[in-house]
Amino acid sequence: MTLSYDELRNKAKELRIDVIRSIFSANSGHPGGSLSAAEMMSVLFFKQMNIDPKDPKKKDRDRFVLSKGHAAPVLYAALAEKGFFPMEDLATLRSLGSKLQGHPDMIKVPGVEMSTGSLGQGISTAVGMALAAKIDKNPGRVYALLGDGELQEGLVWEALMSAAHYKLDNLTVFVDWNGIQIDGFNDDIMCVTPVDEKFKSFCWETVVIDGHDVEAIDQAIEQAKKCKNKPFAIIAKTIKGKGVSFMENQNGWHGKAPDEEQAKQAIAELGGTW
Amino acid sequence: MADKIATRQAYGEALAAIGAENNNIVVLDADLSGSTMTKLFAKDNPDRFFNVGIAEQNLYGVSAGLAASGKTVFASTFAMFAAGRAFEIIRNSIGYPHLNVKICATHAGVTVGEDGGSHQCIEDLTLMRSIPGMIVLSPSDATSTKALIKQAADIDGPVYVRLGRAAVPVLYGEQDEIKIGKAKLLRNGKSLTLIATGVMVAEALAAAETLAAEGIDARVLDMHTIKPIDEEAIITAAKETGAIITCEEHTVLGGLGGAVAEVIVQKCPVPMAFVGIKDRFGQSGKPAELLKEYGLTAADIAEAARQMVAQKR
Repeated sequence: MTLSYDELRNKAKELRIDVIRSIFSANSGHPGGSLSAAEMMSVLFFKQMNIDPKDPKKKDRDRFVLSKGHAAPVLYAALAEKGFFPMEDLATLRSLGSKLQGHPDMIKVPGVEMSTGSLGQGISTAVGMALAAKIDKNPGRVYALLGDGELQEGLVWEALMSAAHYKLDNLTVFVDWNGIQIDGFNDDIMCVTPVDEKFKSFCWETVVIDGHDVEAIDQAIEQAKKCKNKPFAIIAKTIKGKGVSFMENQNGWHGKAPDEEQAKQAIAELGGTW
Repeated sequence: MADKIATRQAYGEALAAIGAENNNIVVLDADLSGSTMTKLFAKDNPDRFFNVGIAEQNLYGVSAGLAASGKTVFASTFAMFAAGRAFEIIRNSIGYPHLNVKICATHAGVTVGEDGGSHQCIEDLTLMRSIPGMIVLSPSDATSTKALIKQAADIDGPVYVRLGRAAVPVLYGEQDEIKIGKAKLLRNGKSLTLIATGVMVAEALAAAETLAAEGIDARVLDMHTIKPIDEEAIITAAKETGAIITCEEHTVLGGLGGAVAEVIVQKCPVPMAFVGIKDRFGQSGKPAELLKEYGLTAADIAEAARQMVAQKR
């Protein structure tokens, strides 16, 4: 069942509420970069990707790699909302014995295609997956979500170079360009701009969109699917902490959990009930 | 004099042979296919061979993705750039998710020779055996290399294989059984046991010959599997010979010697000595000169054995 754009917007809101709840339960985690990716996750998991929670390993599935693994809460939210595991598991985030590790673990969590967290590695493994699909003539597509700070890792550029060399038009990468990393603004720490020009010079097709516009995200993916002989990058301009007023564009909310008062306010702002 | 063949050559030949039978095997290299000998596979299987260029981190990241999609992956470069440069990618993207990647690293140890210390990886056994679930192999000759590579291909999980540049004596025939996890008894003896790996196995055998002439009866074990280490063979050797010397073309910090010592100390304490590289970097030179410089010859092993036997008495 495909969701309408309105439903996708609503799903993004639900993902955000799940993110706040689970990080509050864990009293630990990364809200900022989870909230900035909610619309991209909504469109991928609830419209675009060919995935089946009843058959998570089906051969022709699309694969998603969360290269910015610290946004695990939004991935777990999407997988739970999709039915890969019970919603109540989200409350076990980061606790001893939970499958929901601080960063995604492919052995433990159905629907997680690659264990990630160490930045730069997810995109490299996504190249391997896209290559495997080419060898097998498998129609499944590969999606990866990169952080903007992650672009500072040298391995990212090794991977981008190889994806273009192998003409991996079955690989689509999102850059969650929210402008902030742990220590502050990208521009102050280590400038990553111009992001799209860098991708272009590595022989990628690119488009720059508003990463909170579900329609634009959907159309960009459609464009990526039509692109031949080149990998495709969707550079998504986003707001870190999007949807929660006191987290938006605040670098203090990269990796900090809200207290009860803050969690209540966040969920109220997102239209949820405590 | 026995035939001499480099273990990297045997690796390339084994890969070509199993690659012809199993089309699920994919091979990757990082611009060293002529040296690692993956070119022998590439020649007949161009559609299953990928040269990722001089990018060893990406070599192992891409390998992980291929393995996550069901491929059996063999990925080669020099040991320095596999175990060294790409350590954290191997640890997090191959070891942590326990993916089916065979890290076949050539040009290990000082017998790389003239290229010098920057290219002589003497830490790889220590690094690789520290990764949970990683099987670590270090074959001594061409025959055992082929046998171990074939078995590694049938294991669903990560395996590190340490291979050398220089031609080394062929120690085994086709009829010799070589099994992952099982040390190979090459010479029985009662005075002490030489537990050797890689190129040092031939040196240990030569040392045992010298010692025999002096009335010292050395047992020689080829410890081609560093992890999981053959505890039974080590404990039996300790009980029956009362002293152990490990021999490796590798730092003495945490490699074969460390692995054997962990068993000895906990299960059957006996005197031990370590023949290996003593907290130094390598340097340029001819392989034979370097073995001598770093105390890795049959003569060095024999001398260590004499001291050990004297200590026992």
